[in-house]
Amino acid sequence: MFIIKCPYCGERDHSEFSYGGEAHIVRPKQPTELSDDQWAEYLFMRKNIKGLQYERWNHAHGCRQWFNVGRDTSNDKIHFVYKMGESPPK
Amino acid sequence: MSNNFRLDSGGEINRTERISFKFNGKTLFGYKGDTLASALLANGIHLVARSFKYHRPRGFLGSGSEEPNAIVQLHKDKAKTEPNIRATQIEIFQGLEARSQNCWPSVNFDISEINNFFSPILPAGFYYKTFMWPAKLWEKYEYFIRKSAGLGISPTKRDPDLYDHKYYHCEVLIIGSGPAGLTAAMIAAKSGKKVLLVDEKPEHGGSLVGANSEVTNIDNKRPKEWIQKTYSELVKIKNIKVLNRTSVAAYHNYNYLIMMQNLTDHLNENDKKNKIRQRLWKVRAKKVILATGSIERPMIFDCNDRPGIMLSSAVRKYLNHYGVKCGNSVVIFSNNDDAYETALSLHGKGIKIKAIIDIRQESQGDLVNKCISLGIKILWKHTVVKAEGHKKINAAIVMKLSNDNNSVVGNKIKITCDLLCVSGGYTPAVHLFTQSGGKLAFDEKKFYFYPYKTSLDQLSVGACAGIFNLKKIVHDTYIKVNTFLKTNIKNETVVADYKSGGFENIWLLPSNKISGKVKSFVDFQNDATANDIKLALREGFKSIEHVKRYTTTGMATDQGKIANMHALGIISDISKTKMGELGTTTFRPPFTPLTFGALVGRNVKQFFDITRETPMHYWHKDNGAKFEDVGQWKRAWYYPMNNENMYKAVQRESKAARECAGILDASTLGKIDIQGVDASEFLNRVYTNAWSKLGIGKCRYGLMLNEDGMVYDDGVTTRLGENHYIMTTTTGGAATVMSKLEDYLQTEWPELKVFLTSVTDHFATVSVCGPHSRKILEKVVKNINFEDQKFPHMSFNEGIIDNIKCRVMRISFTGELSYEINIQANYGKAVWEKCMEAGKEFNITPYGTEAMHLLRAEKGFVIVGQETDGTVTPGDLQMDWIVSKKKYDFIGKRSLYRSDTMKEGRKQMVGLLTKDPNEILEEGSQIVAEIKKSPPMVMLGHVTSSYYSPNLKKSIALAVIKNGKNLKGKKLYIPMKNKVIEVIVSDAVFWDKEGSRLNA
Ligand SMILES: [Zn+2]
Repeated sequence: MFIIKCPYCGERDHSEFSYGGEAHIVRPKQPTELSDDQWAEYLFMRKNIKGLQYERWNHAHGCRQWFNVGRDTSNDKIHFVYKMGESPPK
Repeated sequence: MSNNFRLDSGGEINRTERISFKFNGKTLFGYKGDTLASALLANGIHLVARSFKYHRPRGFLGSGSEEPNAIVQLHKDKAKTEPNIRATQIEIFQGLEARSQNCWPSVNFDISEINNFFSPILPAGFYYKTFMWPAKLWEKYEYFIRKSAGLGISPTKRDPDLYDHKYYHCEVLIIGSGPAGLTAAMIAAKSGKKVLLVDEKPEHGGSLVGANSEVTNIDNKRPKEWIQKTYSELVKIKNIKVLNRTSVAAYHNYNYLIMMQNLTDHLNENDKKNKIRQRLWKVRAKKVILATGSIERPMIFDCNDRPGIMLSSAVRKYLNHYGVKCGNSVVIFSNNDDAYETALSLHGKGIKIKAIIDIRQESQGDLVNKCISLGIKILWKHTVVKAEGHKKINAAIVMKLSNDNNSVVGNKIKITCDLLCVSGGYTPAVHLFTQSGGKLAFDEKKFYFYPYKTSLDQLSVGACAGIFNLKKIVHDTYIKVNTFLKTNIKNETVVADYKSGGFENIWLLPSNKISGKVKSFVDFQNDATANDIKLALREGFKSIEHVKRYTTTGMATDQGKIANMHALGIISDISKTKMGELGTTTFRPPFTPLTFGALVGRNVKQFFDITRETPMHYWHKDNGAKFEDVGQWKRAWYYPMNNENMYKAVQRESKAARECAGILDASTLGKIDIQGVDASEFLNRVYTNAWSKLGIGKCRYGLMLNEDGMVYDDGVTTRLGENHYIMTTTTGGAATVMSKLEDYLQTEWPELKVFLTSVTDHFATVSVCGPHSRKILEKVVKNINFEDQKFPHMSFNEGIIDNIKCRVMRISFTGELSYEINIQANYGKAVWEKCMEAGKEFNITPYGTEAMHLLRAEKGFVIVGQETDGTVTPGDLQMDWIVSKKKYDFIGKRSLYRSDTMKEGRKQMVGLLTKDPNEILEEGSQIVAEIKKSPPMVMLGHVTSSYYSPNLKKSIALAVIKNGKNLKGKKLYIPMKNKVIEVIVSDAVFWDKEGSRLNA
């Protein structure tokens, strides 16, 4: 039921977006060099934070752009929104 | 005795409009403006329902949405009948028919009342306990439980009514139009903001409706005049919208609210016609003001559920608003001054008040003194210990309270009466506040939870914020709302004030009997008593959420609007835990039940979901195709001829496709146009095989994995130019593949210059296969040389059909010589018809998805989602050949080298042949190596696809089986309900292993 401010389109209803899980998990550049454990860390392990979480959203029924959101998972308050490739505001 | 309990004058009903209605088959009369409750009470009817568990007689307790007892079944009609409707909220109309629920044969004589006498065997947690008792006995309980569970009867026919949805945005939403809500609305409206004011009742005014006009006075006006004046001033202001009969069902985060507006339920049958019955509002508000008022509490004593025991505020409303007296001889039982306003109202109408029982030591309130001066008898520091009477109260048994309020002392006093008004104080209606995520705090002096913290742009005013004095409500609302809206509207309202005495609270009143002999109801609707709660605590339940579920307190359709506070209070007393520390149970939406009709709105029948049709859809329809739903698509499934059944049609179609020519509508396959200088590199990374060396004009089959190494999608991609590809995906995977690819492009590989466009709907795809397909294509498509050498398998050419460009791919999902024509969608049907015409001489046969599945199964081609289920790797499909060993990386590659994906003995795809070639396996059947007399048996895998092959003249199947790769030739078994089927593991390719037909 949130309102999300797409960095490209502005404020839109939650139903226009799809969730993409935790942000800033970079796909390893050289997967073959990794041990099973290291690969599993990338593939499966997520933080599941209670509090401020950085996560990915896609404006699926809008501009189709992916971007990052800083959301407090305990009350769904969105503190900031920033583009892919940018670092979260301090 | 007369059954007429209507006063000669007074009330807001329209006495010129008499309305007839039926209750339990009997014709009765009321007036326009009556609720079913007020009309029944005017007819002297209190007994309207039987309780859920014990089938005890029940009457009206309240006058609004909080009513727990008087829930009825509306309408006789099988389509329109509606269960569990609160009689206090139904406005009567000509022709209304209502019935009591949960009773048989009648509400007056109910056989199941016997439960009441056996109540010791129906203790708290009864249902849970039955699960722990010997399983064999369950069959006996089950009958009993099922028969007594549930209240009303569901409709059995399609709802004929119209429903609607509406989105609405406003700057200020005000919920509740009582004194606080109306005041807030006036301030907000005057500030020029876009305001929406809603109230669940037909009339505005909240607690002022039915107030005693001798006592309550605003701006030198009687309450009803003030409401009228305020309302008419409000609706003149353009920026405010006012809705009545509109109940807020849910208050979600970010001030998003769902409300249901009742538009026609109160109208006569004829006036309802062709109108929308209910409208669901989806509201986004910048700011929300909650003015939801409060709910009066009952008192908890023995047999406090008898008909004729009613909330004091409800009795007052029936009297002053509906002109109905709820009894002739009244006892009032109170712990506060508010009940004295009811006493004054009753006394003013000449109704005999036998006594006021007050648990307090004294009160110096103005209303109390007025009652004393009128000679009304007050028994201070007394309590009711029992209500006598069965189907209706006939006496209250009263005793003196001990000094510490823990017991009763002295002699029993019996006071005969036909009405007992109870007033246990008021509970702020914080349901919507908590739904929105707000945190409550408990006031240890005033004994209520009040709104404490919210993270939303939201404000609570009036009684829902714990303020009950009218003058204070108005004053406080001005201050708070002005701050909230940053306005400065002056409060010029003059409210007559009077002095009020204190409030004393006892959650569970003491009794002269041992607690086992007492039935003090806490949750009236679910028949949960104080003893049930005590038992739950004795049995070790501590958390309020557990006690709630174990005793079912607060779990009925009213969600414990009446019950919850006392349940908490009793737990707090017994467990010696502070109320504030106990917390409350969660109030969940909806606040009051709402209809499925309103929820679904216009999205019924063909509007239930989006359906997608291919450009050739109407050709299929005209030619008798049966359709299959594939996602949102309607796909031609098979084309029965001369009353063929599905099996026969599919056999015929499959045979024709191999022997002469078949034609399939493949337009639903996902198509993604890929362009950019890095397009080849991009495909290298998303598919398991290599793409850089694919020549322009060539096609290649690709398999796409998830990062976990499991097969995700497949399809043929064609290189149209140096930097231009067209990718096809499965029908169901089109949207998810597109978004996955977009995800990788935008987030992992932003350096790649690649642009994706979904073109699924832009092209129609006609697939023609079979030995004669080349001849047909030659007739239809110009500018292409179809000779095998010039146009080999897995290549592409651009052609022309009647001056329209088209793309032709020579690719095959059937194993036959096969071409796919892709043409701009609006020419799809014309091209299809051209192919049919050109193919006539070759007996071209349209085939549907079922024959397509059969043909590809003969060829051993997998269908993603049929042979795979998200746990299958390319190796499991015995498709290692498609996984590039040379490529440094692609999506999912690393996972193929995890210990689990590499281990021996994973489930692998194989073919199965039945011992009896005519035996067709059931898809999904389990496969075992060893048959035992009864389960469990070790299951090796299951059948994924199974058909009778008309071309091989035997039954064939695909299956995934543990270590299947190494089981070729082995005998396995499929245990069915009445037989065991013997199968032999075979190669998965049954037809044309060399592929000579493809390359013909
Ligand atoms: Zn956007």
